[in-house]
Amino acid sequence: MTTLPDTTRPGQKKLGLVIDLDTCVGCQACAVSCKEWNTQGYSAPLTDLEPYGPDPTGAWLNRIHGYETGEGDNARGLHFPRSCLHCETPACVTVCPTGASYKREEDGIVLVNPDTCIGCKLCSWACPYGAREYDQDDGVMKKCTLCVDRIYNENLEPEDRKPACVKACPTGARHFGDLGDENSDVSKLVKGRGGFDLLPQMDYKPVNKYLPPRVRRDKAGGVEATPLETVGSGDGSLAERVFSWIDEALS
Amino acid sequence: MHPAYSVILFTTASGAGYGLLALLGLTGANHGSASDFWFGAVSMLVALGLITVGLLASTFHLGHPERAWRAFSQWRSSWLSREGVLAVATYIPACLFGLLWVMPDSNETLLQLLGVITAMLAMVTVVCTAMIYASLATVRAWRHWMVVPVYLIFSLSTGAALLFALASVFGRTGIPALGVITIAALTLAAIAKLIYWAGIDSMKPIYTMGDATGLAGGVRQWELPHTSENYIQSEMGFRVARKHGQKLRMIVGGCLVAAMVLVWIAFAIGGSTGPVFALLAVVLAGVAAVVERWLFFAQAKHVVSLFYGEQSV
Repeated sequence: MTTLPDTTRPGQKKLGLVIDLDTCVGCQACAVSCKEWNTQGYSAPLTDLEPYGPDPTGAWLNRIHGYETGEGDNARGLHFPRSCLHCETPACVTVCPTGASYKREEDGIVLVNPDTCIGCKLCSWACPYGAREYDQDDGVMKKCTLCVDRIYNENLEPEDRKPACVKACPTGARHFGDLGDENSDVSKLVKGRGGFDLLPQMDYKPVNKYLPPRVRRDKAGGVEATPLETVGSGDGSLAERVFSWIDEALS
Repeated sequence: MHPAYSVILFTTASGAGYGLLALLGLTGANHGSASDFWFGAVSMLVALGLITVGLLASTFHLGHPERAWRAFSQWRSSWLSREGVLAVATYIPACLFGLLWVMPDSNETLLQLLGVITAMLAMVTVVCTAMIYASLATVRAWRHWMVVPVYLIFSLSTGAALLFALASVFGRTGIPALGVITIAALTLAAIAKLIYWAGIDSMKPIYTMGDATGLAGGVRQWELPHTSENYIQSEMGFRVARKHGQKLRMIVGGCLVAAMVLVWIAFAIGGSTGPVFALLAVVLAGVAAVVERWLFFAQAKHVVSLFYGEQSV
């Protein structure tokens, strides 16, 4: 059914990701592990066409952009992972003519049923976040499943029941949890760090949140490095004079 | 947006078919049975043929055409599903109307009723086609209030050009009302398109890269996530037409004006050469519709382009 479940009920579970733009280092580990898991799990096959040819292309569920903000000395680059935000009012679901695209009532995960998708691509047009990629070989739409085949998977150790991207992140920039529960770790993180929605004015009500980069100090690390030549003209202590002598002897 | 040829063929061919069907329905409702069996039969076959070709073309771009029947299920929320349901539903009264219309001594009341129902369903189907695009918040050019009127007017004007040509082929060039309606419809199509183009050209951007990324302080893109074009870029980031946009718009306008002149010539000279001009008018109206539809896709920017370097949409 492409009509949306009521997500306003108290205690409604809203599983999603919180992505920290301050600590993401753009290593692509999340994108690679996502691809690795999903090409053999629910979304299999997650096809690449001509992967070793001159113009490789393929369906990926997670893409890491690089953006730059600020001017001059205050300019900074940051990495921006982009995947499905599991919106509360996802137009990708309501435009689906077959009911293949749906939002789960029990946890809010947005999924595509690969057995009923006709590959009309309209859902990808309805998504402002570019979260859906068409698998040309499989003829159906692919998207982030929030690793629905991991998070409830009793064959995995409890600590592994997380989305592959979250498990793979080496800097802990990706967090997974219930954003419908205001006492959950992810909800507290969003509150404490001022987590935000992407394109909030479009009113898709994304569940996933992004944490802003922390405010940077004016001078890099506050360190004003002293030039090497003047090392000897310090406080005149014994150690200082010894280093000064070594410096001169070696010069 | 990437202009898929199957979608352009579908929306223009079925659009012309539904326009012709609606006009035939109204003709039946107004004047009773078809004046000539072959004129009636061929007109109905052309209308239903174009609709069928269009519907089949629309399945060409599907990943799984064999599952297309599933698209009839989600009419509660999906305009694409509604279009599918209405497209198929229209065949029922249309076929009944066609049979009654070409047969002698048909029940006039029933004929009129079926004619009106067919015309209404045909137009509502075209509205559903337009609403597939007009309902997407992600493509601002498609949210313009003229999108639905343009789809309707192009459907009716290409349908009118077809009806005029069919009538003249069957020796009925002397119907002034038909010529006037065709020229009026083609004029309206040109005016509607001018209003739409002026509207989308003067749209002020309302979403920025800052809104998309949530980052303040003048966001710029410095690294793409992938080394070659992905699905999002090829489907939603289509740029080819922007360069030739103005010339292509002139071609649409020129074809529409030429089609009007040809209809007028066909009407004025009549006889055995009149139908040639009338058929040429159909070709030109068709070219105008196809180029217009191509531009409708190619000149529409998708919000997702904000993630791929576009500063505002």
